[in-house]
Amino acid sequence: MTRPPIPLPPLRRPRSADLTATFAGLPLPQGTDLPPYRRRELILLVFAGVLATSALAALTFADIGELSLGIFSIGLGFFCLWALAHLAVRRFAPAADPVLLPVVVALNGLGLVMIYRLDLAKSQAAKQAGTHIPPSAAQVQLVWTLLAVIVFVLVLAVVRDHRKLARYAYTAGLIGIVGLLLPIAPGIGTSINGARLWLRVGPFSFQPSEVSKIIILIFFAGYLEKKRDVLSLASRSVLGVKLPRARDLGPVLVAWLASLGILVVQNDLGSSLLFFGMFMVVLYVATERASWFLVGFVLFMIGAVLAHSLFSHVQVRVDGWLHAFDGDNPSSTSYQLVQGLYGFAAGGMTGTGLGEGHPQKVPFANTDFIMASLGEELGLTGVMAILTLYALIVLRGMRAALGAKDAFGKLLATGLSFTLALQVFVQVGGVMRLIPLTGLTLPFVSYGGSSIVANAAIIALLLRVSDSARRAPEPASDAPLFDPGAVADSPTQVVKTT
Amino acid sequence: MDPTEPSELVLLIVKIGFLALLWGFVLVAVRAVRLDMFGPTKRQQRREPPPMARPAPPRTPPQPARKPQSPSKLVVTKGHLAGTTIPLGSSPVTIGRAQDSTLVLEDDFASGRHARLVPHDGQWFVEDLGSTNGTFLNRSKVTSPMPVPLGAPVRIGKTVLELHR
Repeated sequence: MTRPPIPLPPLRRPRSADLTATFAGLPLPQGTDLPPYRRRELILLVFAGVLATSALAALTFADIGELSLGIFSIGLGFFCLWALAHLAVRRFAPAADPVLLPVVVALNGLGLVMIYRLDLAKSQAAKQAGTHIPPSAAQVQLVWTLLAVIVFVLVLAVVRDHRKLARYAYTAGLIGIVGLLLPIAPGIGTSINGARLWLRVGPFSFQPSEVSKIIILIFFAGYLEKKRDVLSLASRSVLGVKLPRARDLGPVLVAWLASLGILVVQNDLGSSLLFFGMFMVVLYVATERASWFLVGFVLFMIGAVLAHSLFSHVQVRVDGWLHAFDGDNPSSTSYQLVQGLYGFAAGGMTGTGLGEGHPQKVPFANTDFIMASLGEELGLTGVMAILTLYALIVLRGMRAALGAKDAFGKLLATGLSFTLALQVFVQVGGVMRLIPLTGLTLPFVSYGGSSIVANAAIIALLLRVSDSARRAPEPASDAPLFDPGAVADSPTQVVKTT
Repeated sequence: MDPTEPSELVLLIVKIGFLALLWGFVLVAVRAVRLDMFGPTKRQQRREPPPMARPAPPRTPPQPARKPQSPSKLVVTKGHLAGTTIPLGSSPVTIGRAQDSTLVLEDDFASGRHARLVPHDGQWFVEDLGSTNGTFLNRSKVTSPMPVPLGAPVRIGKTVLELHR
């Protein structure tokens, strides 16, 4: 329903141009009435840089007992790296959320310091044993971080309007599936630790499922944006529960089969869980029908039982989880898990302090079990802070989804932030023995190139959605529609809901 | 043990100091979120006035009454658009976040097509258009079209509207 423009009442200070913009909801020229988002972001970013630098300083101090100027130059370099991302946000998404980027930087800084700390432990052990000192994982991760910043800037620069992504929904779906299948291809695919998930190009290995995750989410969001009405309205009531029609179940079954397929072909429990959860949540948000949730839960249960009865590696995981301390398990199947739990226990409330624990006793301490390393050296207090930071990222992502004006943006932002939340839950839950161990990476913290690059792209997309949500004017800031004389005397007032 | 190992006490201070810094960052980030969701607190405002002053509008705009009885304008008394008035004619007024509404709300708690005001026999009726968070007239939820008395608050999300003569 389009209405003719409203005739304006006579005013002492009329500004018809602004008013038209206000009522039409057109975006005002940028920067006129936005809160100082980017200034807040910069302040938080400096804080995050200080945090990472002091983590490195505390580690070095515990290690060699003195501090050098080199630490501060490393910290400054780290800050400058992410400052590039900040400048890109200033340039390409000035109205975007101010909290997301600094929180990511803080997590990344903590992760890098922890990876470096594990490097130190490894090289010390190698020195004592007189063997060859292993190459530094922290340096590799720093290169990946640089690459992640570049990808972040590119995504912000290329995707100027996220709604245009919806046009390529089916193409994205195809590319995503192909990406998932790539590691199976002979020649470029490599299997590491029993799962065939990696592409190896020269010295770098890359896990395409991390990127496929985002691309397939674009497909889900684009597809469901078009089909949401059919999916939510055409339903039959069975025993008081509104169930969708059989033919509308198609996409869910496809997602279910695809996620099971990943599991079969690539032995990747975590990714298949992630894909399925991601699709169910986007479906639920798109249709607002709780029945989809029910359907999803039932399918998940069937999938879980099937996977457990068919695949031996799933049985091993579940056994190691349920009977972690029984029989021979602590020294064989659940060795890693139990070592991680002892790490947490050694950390206690406040941890041993950076550089003071023995996190290297856990296998894969810098990838899957980095949370146990952090838990040992920073304690419960530090782990809670880190989980709060993740909660903040998810909160801001959901907030961007809430503010988005188009359905595709809403679905995309919800899916992206939920994926992050699910990944953190599955990862940390696995390490803490709440759920079976699945072998995902902890976003931004774990050692792993594809993970940080893909997650940087996720944050860039979230910032893009949040920017477009806030780009619209905040009319009250320049409200011309009242008597200025009366305003001069009244105190500034905070608008709150009662 | 390395002879250059720092003392236990210093290490304890470093450990606690780092954890304090970590939580300091969390709290500063949470404060930024809070600032974004609820606006600055009274104390923060006194300390640093916001760069673009957002003056509060008067509760009732000082406009002389023209016609008695039948309302002539819709006044936003609370929310982002506070102080805005819309003259009422004979056509209905749609309210919501959708860009083609008569009154476009920038409010996360409002739906795309949230509610509308419809004139009928010299009276204005408020009608909820199936919004998610509901429309409230005098604190009671609007389920069917209800007549809006003069000056009665109609709440949509964070926005409060009143009819004025």
